[in-house]
Amino acid sequence: MRLLRATVRAHLAVAVGAAVLAGLLVLVQAELLAGVLSGRFTAAALGWLVLVFALRGLLGWVQGLYGGRMATGLKSALRHRLLERFGALGPVRLAGHRSGELVTLVGRGLDRLDPYLTGYLPAVAVAGVVPLAVLIRLFAADLGSAVIVLVTLPLIPVFGALVGMHTKAVTERQFHALSRLGGHFLDVVRGLPTLRAFGRARHQATVVRAVADAHRGATMRTLRVAFLSALVLELCASLSLALVAVPIGLRLLGGTLDLSTALLVLLLAPEAYLPLRVMGTRFHASMEGVAAADAAFALLKPAADAPSPSGGLRRPGRGARPPEIRLERVTASYPGRDDAAVEDVSLVIAPGERVALVGESGGGKTTLLNLILGFLSPGDGRVLVDGVDLRELDLEAWRAETAFVAQRPHLFAVSIADNIRLGAPGASLDEVRRAARQAHAEEFVAALPEGYATQVGERGANLSAGQRQRIALARAFCRPDTSLLVLDEPTARLDGRSEAAIVAATAELSKGRTAVIVAHRPAMIDLADRVVRIHEGRVVADTPRRELTGGKRPSAEDGR
Amino acid sequence: MTHTPQERVAARRERRMGVRLAYAVLAGAAAELTGLGLIATAAWLITRAAEQPPLAALSVAIVAVRAFATSRGVFRYAERLTGHDVALRAQATTRERLYESLIPPHTPRQGGADLLSRMVDDTEAVQDLLVRCLLPAAAALITSVAAVAIGLGVLPSAALVLFAGLAVAGVLLPAGTAAATRRWSARIAPARAALAARTADLVHGAADLAAYGAGDRALRSALDADDQLAALERRQARVHAAALSFGVLTQGLTVAAIVLLAQNAGVDTVGTAVLALMSLVAFEPVLPLAAAGERLAGILAAVRRLRDVRATPPAITEPAAPAPLPRGPLTVEVRDLVVRHAPRDSGDAAPEATDSMTRPALDGVSLTLTPGKRVVLVGPSGAGKSTLLATLMRLVEPEGGTITVNGVDVRDLRSDDVRTLMTGLTQDPYVFQATLRDNLRLAGPDADDEELARAVRQARLDAWVESVGWDAELGEDARTVSGGQLQRLALARALLYDPPILLLDEPAEALDEATADELMADLLDATHGRTTLMVTHRLRGLEQVDEIIVLEGGKVIQRGTHEELVNRPGYYRDLWESEALTRSA
Repeated sequence: MRLLRATVRAHLAVAVGAAVLAGLLVLVQAELLAGVLSGRFTAAALGWLVLVFALRGLLGWVQGLYGGRMATGLKSALRHRLLERFGALGPVRLAGHRSGELVTLVGRGLDRLDPYLTGYLPAVAVAGVVPLAVLIRLFAADLGSAVIVLVTLPLIPVFGALVGMHTKAVTERQFHALSRLGGHFLDVVRGLPTLRAFGRARHQATVVRAVADAHRGATMRTLRVAFLSALVLELCASLSLALVAVPIGLRLLGGTLDLSTALLVLLLAPEAYLPLRVMGTRFHASMEGVAAADAAFALLKPAADAPSPSGGLRRPGRGARPPEIRLERVTASYPGRDDAAVEDVSLVIAPGERVALVGESGGGKTTLLNLILGFLSPGDGRVLVDGVDLRELDLEAWRAETAFVAQRPHLFAVSIADNIRLGAPGASLDEVRRAARQAHAEEFVAALPEGYATQVGERGANLSAGQRQRIALARAFCRPDTSLLVLDEPTARLDGRSEAAIVAATAELSKGRTAVIVAHRPAMIDLADRVVRIHEGRVVADTPRRELTGGKRPSAEDGR
Repeated sequence: MTHTPQERVAARRERRMGVRLAYAVLAGAAAELTGLGLIATAAWLITRAAEQPPLAALSVAIVAVRAFATSRGVFRYAERLTGHDVALRAQATTRERLYESLIPPHTPRQGGADLLSRMVDDTEAVQDLLVRCLLPAAAALITSVAAVAIGLGVLPSAALVLFAGLAVAGVLLPAGTAAATRRWSARIAPARAALAARTADLVHGAADLAAYGAGDRALRSALDADDQLAALERRQARVHAAALSFGVLTQGLTVAAIVLLAQNAGVDTVGTAVLALMSLVAFEPVLPLAAAGERLAGILAAVRRLRDVRATPPAITEPAAPAPLPRGPLTVEVRDLVVRHAPRDSGDAAPEATDSMTRPALDGVSLTLTPGKRVVLVGPSGAGKSTLLATLMRLVEPEGGTITVNGVDVRDLRSDDVRTLMTGLTQDPYVFQATLRDNLRLAGPDADDEELARAVRQARLDAWVESVGWDAELGEDARTVSGGQLQRLALARALLYDPPILLLDEPAEALDEATADELMADLLDATHGRTTLMVTHRLRGLEQVDEIIVLEGGKVIQRGTHEELVNRPGYYRDLWESEALTRSA
């Protein structure tokens, strides 16, 4: 894992070192205990024994402490890289992932790594060192016992692997049934409203029970095999203890062995098996975490379609006039999809012109906005701003000129004021208020429990779609020096008050700017100088608005 | 005195459960006790052999060592199996109870899908409680009692020390870790929530962040949230590690003290060795309890959450003496209906939540559905259209006004019965993890193939059904069924169920324009002469329906036929014109 940064690696080394040392101290502990019990050492050695236990405790604490630090450090490093990756992917590519899964991965998903990092890794080190040390000591003490342990010890990994393989086969055979039965309850609970609507909710209660029983049956069938490994490990360990203890007793009886050695062997023999058993248990507990890590690394893997670096140019007319936007035979598709979202689109939007994009949903209107903002690069053709290819422009600077209102704007889990000053972090509260007033948002914001300081999100106020839209408009108003308005009108019908307010605010916002508006309502379309109809990724009509409506629509209330 | 057969089954199940639990505890205790016996007899065998008695004196011990060694693994295996079996059974019972408490409609809670999956995860806590906490604790307790009892036989003072040591490691430390975890969770939970919120901001707000050049700031604040969480977790790890190391120290002190006591009391080598090694091993099942204490805090929180869910009263009150179901052609009369959402509700598509405490979702709505009449509801999102359907289906208790069916107030009917009269396509249809056939059949368990085929045809789903087959497994991941297919599947269910009064909530939602037009045309044909109440945003073809009601802010702002409404300025005409403009010319 390249991710292990120096400190994380150091913490891991300390944790593993402490675990191994504590494991080795068990040898000293057995030596002392055997000596005291056989009378070879005086009672004073008990002090040393306590000291050894204390040291083991201390090392255990060090292991926990540094193991915890290492795990947190590593998770934090992974999180940082994931979060940075989310930022780098940009809105279009990010939309290709299931957003809920991404959020879960960063949170609970990575936490599942804990058993692997703090449990399994040290256990592997201990299993690599301690049995060997125990064997060496046993060979020095009593050859016969050492041979018994040496012969039986490999049985543990061998049987473990055999049973593990068999378990895997059984689990795989049952995987489908297990995951279906296991997911059934969540499925039924989620679909309860539907069951209720058709009078099947009560009937399903018996099904819930039956499926739970079937699930238990299937689970127990796999567990019966899976626990065989535990049975084998346990049997190996305790039988070899018997194998060691009985001959030792007989040799003691014959006087060919002294008690101190015999006790040492009795105490040490189980310690040769223990680390392997612990490793096996921890391995199973850490599998979930490994899956989470795989998911994380898959995301971090540099993708072939990584966003191209943006150029360093500024648009020529910057500061002097609103931009001219020119699409030249643009074809574009979304990452991971073969079909083109827009095909061979050519469109010129003059400086200060207001263009409404209309057409069916899914036709490619939002894709054009993504292209203009540089969220999506054309596969074919060019997007030009004042004659300069967007790929050569400094995208940050280009977007800084944009007042953008998404179809479903995201409100961040911060205060209303901070949401409004998203594009102008330095804006004063007065400026925020002015923007809210221009966006017709002032009235409802003032009615919120804490006004502009109200937190948005789960614990804060929930705003209606229309109110969210107005906050997003206020965001656009709050940003100084914008020359381009990009607005995606919501398709869902808003209440009349919100709708009129949004149209009026959009009219105000489009003044003196080049405006590209995805529009669905007549009132919104009325704002435009030109109406472009998009159908199945192509421009099918491009009409000055006056011609389109014949100038007969009453438009006084639309704020022009 | 048991009453219903169901209760008798439950009672019998509970009794059997008690027996199984006892087996699991016994198997666990037996595994630990044989471990204890193995080491004690082995110690006795070796120290006694050193005294070089006749072989016959050792033969029992030799047999015992071999017997303990063999049986230990078997008991351990039995413990694992019985423990998991009993835990899975307990989980099944928990789920069954939870499900039963969820059957009556409740006020929807905030958090929706996430909340549901957490609730389902919580039912696994019962399994953890048994396998990871209670059963190990019971086995440890029995082993400890046995070890102390053996100790009493050899040297009472040593037994007392052992008791004290085991009590510290098995009671004090777990209690300490449980308390510490509870305290730390209270501090860590907000940090976790903050990180989740910041991550969600980065993911869901990507477009806004990129457009406003605020991506770096949002990333920084997410990283800060992570750093805060990491700092707290590091400190928590320190506390937990300390608890575990205290356990080892306690074990060492206890064993040393026992050896010292035994040697001072003049206990012989055999007795001392047995006491010492037995004490050492007696701690083995006890030491892991500190980690179990750590888990306990989370498990108990889950159990509490489940109890709260079960204790939540249903959204509607069932009548004490339900009236019989009205028969014959049905007329539904809605008079001055007022519905106010409970404060926690997330109810209709986009309620004006800030107003929802004060403003009713439905405010004095009246309408009449005579047999065969078709009424359409139109209005902006959050106007109360879906709330009206939910109230008709007895999912929501009205605050004022009445709904009667042939003169019978629906509040006097069982809510299940009301839904046999009025139901259909609801707002969030669901596709189950089952075959296409079963997914449809749930609305008509007795329907034959021909009826299924007809419903599918009417819902314009026949081409899809033909391509994937009736036995296609649906719902395993959300990708197998598109939004449009799901919508049509739900519509097919509603048509199959064929209630006397058909309710349809946006049947053409999530379909492409051409399909939506065809579907609406078909639907208007299929519902001809059927009592229907339909919510829709698409106005094409509505000249065929009997009445159109425009809702806004919970009030009826316009009503009439299509002809009347297009000729009047207002919401409906505006919508009609925008539909004409958005369509291909």
